[in-house]
Amino acid sequence: MADRYIEPDTPELRARWGNFAWTSENAEKAKEVVARYPEGRQRSAVMPLLDLAQRQVGAEENTQGWLPIPVMEYIAAYLDMPIIRVVEVATFYTMYNIAPIGRFHVQVCGTTPCMLRGSDDLLATCKSRGMKKGHISEDGLWSFTEVECMGNCASAPMVQINDDNYEDLTSERLNAVLDALARGETPKAGTQDPARHTVEPVGEPTSLAAMITENHDYRSEW
Amino acid sequence: MPKVKVDGVEIDVPTGATVLQACELAGKEIPRFCYHERLSIAGNCRMCLVEVKPGPPKPQASCALPAAEGQEIRTDSEMVKKAREGVMEFLLINHPLDCPICDQGGECDLQDQSVAYGRGASRYDENKRAVTEKYMGPLIKTTMTRCIHCTRCVRFSEEIAGVDEIGALYRGENMQITTYLEHAAKHEMSANVIDLCPVGALTSRPYAFEARPWELKKTLGIDVSDATGANIRIDARGREVLRVLPRNNDDVNEEWISDKARYMVDGLTKRRLDKPFLRRDGKLVAVSWNEAFAAIATLNPGNSIAAVAGDMVDCETMFAAKKLVGALGSTLIEGRQTGMDYATDSLAAVNFNTTFSGIETADAILIAGSNVRWEAPLLNVRLRKAVKRGAKVFLVGPEWETTFGGQFLGEDLSVLGNLPQNVADALSNAKRPAVILGGAALGRGGLEAGLALAAQFNLVRDLEDGTKWNGFNVLHMAAARMGGLMLGYAQKGGIADLVAAKPKVLLALGADEVDFTQFAGSMIVYIGHHGDKGAHAADVILPASAYTEKAGTYVNTEGRVQWADKAVFAPGDAREDWTILRALADAFGVSVGFDTFDQLRNAMIAEVPALGSEGLADYGSVLPLGGGSAAGQIAYPIKDFYMTNPIARASAVMQRCSAEILHGEELAEAAE
Repeated sequence: MADRYIEPDTPELRARWGNFAWTSENAEKAKEVVARYPEGRQRSAVMPLLDLAQRQVGAEENTQGWLPIPVMEYIAAYLDMPIIRVVEVATFYTMYNIAPIGRFHVQVCGTTPCMLRGSDDLLATCKSRGMKKGHISEDGLWSFTEVECMGNCASAPMVQINDDNYEDLTSERLNAVLDALARGETPKAGTQDPARHTVEPVGEPTSLAAMITENHDYRSEW
Repeated sequence: MPKVKVDGVEIDVPTGATVLQACELAGKEIPRFCYHERLSIAGNCRMCLVEVKPGPPKPQASCALPAAEGQEIRTDSEMVKKAREGVMEFLLINHPLDCPICDQGGECDLQDQSVAYGRGASRYDENKRAVTEKYMGPLIKTTMTRCIHCTRCVRFSEEIAGVDEIGALYRGENMQITTYLEHAAKHEMSANVIDLCPVGALTSRPYAFEARPWELKKTLGIDVSDATGANIRIDARGREVLRVLPRNNDDVNEEWISDKARYMVDGLTKRRLDKPFLRRDGKLVAVSWNEAFAAIATLNPGNSIAAVAGDMVDCETMFAAKKLVGALGSTLIEGRQTGMDYATDSLAAVNFNTTFSGIETADAILIAGSNVRWEAPLLNVRLRKAVKRGAKVFLVGPEWETTFGGQFLGEDLSVLGNLPQNVADALSNAKRPAVILGGAALGRGGLEAGLALAAQFNLVRDLEDGTKWNGFNVLHMAAARMGGLMLGYAQKGGIADLVAAKPKVLLALGADEVDFTQFAGSMIVYIGHHGDKGAHAADVILPASAYTEKAGTYVNTEGRVQWADKAVFAPGDAREDWTILRALADAFGVSVGFDTFDQLRNAMIAEVPALGSEGLADYGSVLPLGGGSAAGQIAYPIKDFYMTNPIARASAVMQRCSAEILHGEELAEAAE
């Protein structure tokens, strides 16, 4: 995370993205987003619009999408706000990609619960498939980041790929997900444990067991 | 008025004050980095922690905590001491220990406060963060590794300057202060962030590695780069002025000065006139003082003599010249070099009557013919404050980039006689309406039309709270203007009267903007300090002192009389202006009635008593009626903000600013 830097402003970048403009569909959406905020507070729309722009860039180049400098300038002009304020927002939040990114952005959680449940294996799996930090794989498919807690500790270890979380992973299950993505399929998001439906307890419930079949008043037992 | 207890002493604090302000009122020093009186509260340095009861049992940031009734504040407890030591230690974790090679050394808040409040040693032995340098233009040198993320510079550019160009990118430890894509900071007040920076992250580029603060002799001066009369401190070592810093004066410049005021001083050592010169066979040759005086005396002008005052001269110089010209029997003196001839019968009609601090409270302002950002950057700051308080601003003249919005009504002066309905409504409904006439509006009947507006909208009035309001303002651009007008440096027909009189001798007192071709038949005696336009046209050059080299009285555009001290000696054979004029009197064989500076000043005060007391001169509040119609396309006189006077034109720093910031030249950075 520490090494996030804006993609340098080069003539090539300007040539590629200098005439960025909303698609007609996104123009509608952008209008709708701006309308959510009261008159005079249009700048508040900067975050949803940056997201929209990132997605449009992604759709154009078939990646997760990122924010080149000219696109940020387009947003600034669209909202009539100083460009530096847009760049501040875009560089602050890590969900905005400020450098080119692959088709799939694999974000492996390495925080304690995931680590205890085997995230090191996931990192090794990713590494063996040629992913490394801040680098797009040669086929343009994979970008890789190790991230901190994503709040899926009950189904650790987990990986976030673009908009979806894949949980309860092992090396094999992650490989299956990545293979499916590479084939262009859309694997089921959420837990990858066939025995689990969502983040319910694995196996028998170990707490509040008396509540399984009927409502139970625990209060007298406290 | 909440009552709070600070370290056991009960005091009353104003409603809305913060705990930090309460502590200051109680005479306690609270260390701080991010808090600044004139900026919004950020609360991110945590240095101002104090113990407050009632409240959570932990130290609280006093800058962001409102003082409330019954609070017990401790600034001397063990908790506070530990908290300060802790914050200091954290701040120093990523701050390089490079004070010996840092330009801020000796005037660094971090240095001072770590001595006063730090624990003396660090327990941190990991690697420190390093941040790349950021380019911020020709005036600001950056060493961003030293930045402690107080965001004062970001808040200054957004709130005071009104140009959002500095921002904080990335987050947490990786936060970096930068301008957008490292473009140069492009406004007239940009270098004030150097003063604001509590550490050595933003330092002065032209002054880099020049001196340590304790080597400098500090002299109180007045800025002459525009007519606002900003209060400055002139820092000199030996005979050279090394830098200029703003002084606090809430009535004039608050604590800012324009980049030109700050950085034109390197021009004081370049293109200087340090010897008398005499034109012989069309060429200027260096001569002795005696030869120069002899040459002037042989002309024996009698009463065929006139004086033109330049934009930067002090009142004493003008008075001495007036006495000299008067002793020879002439009354031809003029200060408006470019030929303006507005009426000066009433000084109230050519004064900035509302005052700078008053204009902040105006609620409708009509500006005619003034690019305020370039003509008076400090006033622009005030206008921005007024707009933030809800004032409506309308402008007449070609469009320029305001920092406060405002509606442009047209480029022709005739708009003044035919204001759009919404403007007329705004001005007539306003409680504190104001009109500001700039230099470009003073000619061609603009002053009369402005005075007509003053009468129409009743700009001079008594307010409900009993105070007087005078909303009629003229914004001059020359530091010498108001003083000159008070001393009578105005002919009815302007400088055309001098041309018509065809004087044998024309004394040019640092006058560089005059079209000297009009005076082809006169002997032009240039008494000034820079080899600029005036010296090129001169027949005799008598080297004089710049504003840092003489004590003097200056009157700013508000009619505020201010005194400046002498910081350094003029170079070479140059002398103080009044001594030259005194010696000229001897050469002409007349008596001017003073032999010392004190006598001169007393004589001046006897003639114009207002010059004898510091502060606003009273011109009365009665405005002439005005009337008539103004017409003509407005053209702002300043074409290049950084090149408006001979000192600035000689300054390498100003030249570079002009080239890079205004004319967009990509200048290669000097190899370091």
